[in-house]
Amino acid sequence: MSTSPIPAQYADTSSFSYHVDRALYDRLDHYRDRFGEDWPTPEPATHTQATAFLVREARLIDEGRFNDWLDLFTDDCLYWVPVTSGGGEPRTEVSHAFDDRRRLTDRVYWLRTGLAYSQIPASRTVRIVGSTEILEDASGDTLVRSNFIINEFRAGVTKTYSGWYGHVLTRDGDGWKIRLKQVNLLDSEQYHENLTIVF
Amino acid sequence: MTKHSMRGEKKMTIGETVSGGALTELSRWSNRVLEDRVHRTLYTDPAVFEEEIVKVFGGQSWVYLAHESQLPKPHSYLSVRMGQRPLLLTRDRNGALHGIFNRCSHRGATICRDEAGVAKSFQCPYHGWTFRNTGELVGAPWPEGYGMDFDKSQFGLRKVNRIETYRGFIFGTLSEDAPSVPDWLGPATTWLDYWIDRAPNGEVFVRSAAYRMGYRGNWKLAYDNAGDGYHPSFSHRSLLEMASRMGESKDMSYFGRTPDDGPMRSYSLGNGHSVIDQRPAHEGGFWINQRPQPGRERFEEEIRANYPERADELLDLAVGAQINLSIFPNLLIIGNQIQVIEPLAVNRTQLTWHATSVGGVPDEVNTVRMRTQEDFPAFGEPDDQANFEEVQRGLDVVEEEWVLMNRGLGTGWQTTTEDGVISTAVTDELHMRSYYAEWIKRMDGAQA
Repeated sequence: MSTSPIPAQYADTSSFSYHVDRALYDRLDHYRDRFGEDWPTPEPATHTQATAFLVREARLIDEGRFNDWLDLFTDDCLYWVPVTSGGGEPRTEVSHAFDDRRRLTDRVYWLRTGLAYSQIPASRTVRIVGSTEILEDASGDTLVRSNFIINEFRAGVTKTYSGWYGHVLTRDGDGWKIRLKQVNLLDSEQYHENLTIVF
Repeated sequence: MTKHSMRGEKKMTIGETVSGGALTELSRWSNRVLEDRVHRTLYTDPAVFEEEIVKVFGGQSWVYLAHESQLPKPHSYLSVRMGQRPLLLTRDRNGALHGIFNRCSHRGATICRDEAGVAKSFQCPYHGWTFRNTGELVGAPWPEGYGMDFDKSQFGLRKVNRIETYRGFIFGTLSEDAPSVPDWLGPATTWLDYWIDRAPNGEVFVRSAAYRMGYRGNWKLAYDNAGDGYHPSFSHRSLLEMASRMGESKDMSYFGRTPDDGPMRSYSLGNGHSVIDQRPAHEGGFWINQRPQPGRERFEEEIRANYPERADELLDLAVGAQINLSIFPNLLIIGNQIQVIEPLAVNRTQLTWHATSVGGVPDEVNTVRMRTQEDFPAFGEPDDQANFEEVQRGLDVVEEEWVLMNRGLGTGWQTTTEDGVISTAVTDELHMRSYYAEWIKRMDGAQA
């Protein structure tokens, strides 16, 4: 599951994307399969810690603290909202978001330009994250599966999104960073208006 | 037709009556489409919308339905809409295409509720009437209940009168008299050919799940916008700003430099079709002008190493075609995407974006092509659709009756070529004036 070495001139993944290669797509296949399996009951301490991490992440998004949110991600991260819920085949299908570090940085930058008319006025969101499950993957990463309900209010309209998250977390000191956040909307391939919130 | 509105002679509704009665007389369609402006009711009046569904998305019109690659083999079917009519496109055992309305001839239920699949026949879930995928009634349960003279041949599913294709693009019409699809496309075929022939052997596939975007506005707002070279510098400011994050402007920034003096051109192609040609603004090739996609650097290195003779061609195939081609009333080809305008209500529209792949290239080209096609739908289109919704809101000022389309008039920008194509500056609103002329013909029931 290791990524091949990145040449020095491409080391800054907020500007370059040398590392998004076949191995990354293969990892997505691997995670998709693992997220689909039945998992054993986790250690309570790990479960509590992972749940707290997801709640903190949710709060950063709902409060619009997107730079802080971006800091939660690894350099080789992927924020992924597939059109085919569960993942589908990203090699031949488009996604609502397939954000490596560079495009995720772009997304946060875009939201903060003050010129994105789809976010003027900005969305207000509040979300519940629950039904958390944890799996220690053979790769050393921690997989977290959870369900979410997000309410969004913008421009006089309240909408509800629901689905499940697949997080791949990697140890970072005492805490974690997000290597993969896969957002599987219940109705991802159906009609959506102004799908510009961060899920 | 019982509704007086169906003849375009609608009296103003209560919501559109103002004291003093000073609003424009609207008894004829030509009262609502002037040379330089159109009346707001074309975007706001449910009666106009109902008539459009009958005439612009039916009547004498050709309507885009799907791409042939969405029906890959014999007995494939695909659920689409023609206007608001639920429609099943099918292939029979010989591969021939049929358009059968998804509406049981018995009591009206849809006979198929799946989006796509393979089926030789369909059984209505309500009372079990069964139909071949070519529309004929195979049988009704307990037929003795219909007496001795029940003639199955009288109760097949209603079909689209004519289904024709142009190099993979499937169109349907309810008219026996409409011209052939190539004749109706006219000079637009040149642009479709360019778009198709970018792919090796002209092989284009729709195989990705689609974006089904929606906005709370009239369907024509999408058509107005697709040929509009005036809006990018403003509506897409967030994208242009984002693109300069790393200190260099990419893709579409050329709209910001007085676009009418630049090399881009807009063309009115007849029958309501139009195109913006952005290719001349891509000095040095399409690939180097494209905002960076996930995996770009590794991909370019590998393509150049593994396919040195055709590296530039392969890289360009991973990015868009740099034209906006609008085929009236509901097909927009933008970059590498096939967009379909699906009217849901006078003030609600679905815009379905089909990403395309091409044949004859290494798989990784199509993968990066997907990554390219995720960019504008995320950071460009939502701002446009937000503006469409704000137009719809603005049009609630009943007393301000007109929407302008006068940009380019009196400028001398336009030149007409021998095939009737009008070439003009890229911010000219000629594309609107042209398609509204076609819209009037459709609403008056005239042939193309």
